[in-house]
Amino acid sequence: MDRSRVTDLYFAEARSKLIDLAAFLDRVERSDGPDDFRMKSLRAALMELGTPGPEKARKILLLLSDPTKEPIAEAGAKSAGGAWTGF
Amino acid sequence: MRYIEPHAHMVSRVTDDYAAMVTAGCRAVCEPAFWAGFDRSSAQGFYDYFCQLTDHEPRRAAQFGLPHYSWLCLNPKEAENSALADEVLAMIPSFLDRPNVLGIGEIGLNKNSRNEIAVLEKHVDLAVKHDQMILVHTPHLEDKWKGTRLIIDILNQNRGVDPARVIIDHVEEHTVDAVLDAGFWAGITLYPQSKCTPARAIDMVEIYGARRIWLNCACDWGHSDPLAVPKTALEMKRRGHSEAAIDRLIYGNPLEFLGQNPKFRLDESGREDKSRATQK
Repeated sequence: MDRSRVTDLYFAEARSKLIDLAAFLDRVERSDGPDDFRMKSLRAALMELGTPGPEKARKILLLLSDPTKEPIAEAGAKSAGGAWTGF
Repeated sequence: MRYIEPHAHMVSRVTDDYAAMVTAGCRAVCEPAFWAGFDRSSAQGFYDYFCQLTDHEPRRAAQFGLPHYSWLCLNPKEAENSALADEVLAMIPSFLDRPNVLGIGEIGLNKNSRNEIAVLEKHVDLAVKHDQMILVHTPHLEDKWKGTRLIIDILNQNRGVDPARVIIDHVEEHTVDAVLDAGFWAGITLYPQSKCTPARAIDMVEIYGARRIWLNCACDWGHSDPLAVPKTALEMKRRGHSEAAIDRLIYGNPLEFLGQNPKFRLDESGREDKSRATQK
């Protein structure tokens, strides 16, 4: 597909998600307290979005991932938080 | 449109979902064993679940003419209880001869713990010993990349594993190449929030090609959509992919992988081949 076709198909959806993200950041900044590891990771990911180059989805997924390879001693919780606590 | 839903937890879904899937063109559904949303208290709970997957659920699907297949295991979310895991693993072989059982799954990792790894290795040994195909779950979100690398190492270390008979599911942009490069099949799971959207799934297919990839909805009791695969097919059509390419991805590919097990047979119209199933 050429770029205008891709833009035709997906611009409105991307615009909507972008404004949702902006509103989320506004909501966070209206609230009290410091950023936790998830917000720190998200802010770093936003910087990545602004960097020219390919594979943005892959780079952001890696930025939000546990980069280690050592198994943990025991699984406490069963769920995932969406960002690596060690970021 | 015709498609195979290769990963759906139908015990968590209402009967109307079966009707909707068949209406959308579903020709077979496959159900890996899953976590119930709470830890089962005994091996007897797993016995009942395996009976549900191999007896009750196929009959429920058959009301709509939909062939139902299953995979058996203890889910990695319950792997911290080693004694229970050993009891369940010992029970699984007695179910492997049931006509709708395709293999061992969805095994894998959740939080990448030592006990999860030990139970995964035992499941892989069990599959190799009984010449079973394998369906692997990769962890969620921040744990996926680490878990996928650990899983590939574990599978590669077992010399009895044939990567062509293993699908590693829930790949995303940061894990799909490692899975395909190692010779395994890759599953892309379509979820409303986590995992992958239809648009991203098609991006990966366009970048890496459709070979050794399947799409699935993995619908369960959480946020999920039993029609995610046909909806993604519509998205492919919107992008200009041909009917043949769509059919290859959502019907031909799962048929190619699952058809390695002689129990999985659909006739030319896509319906279950009763004669061959009976011969087994």
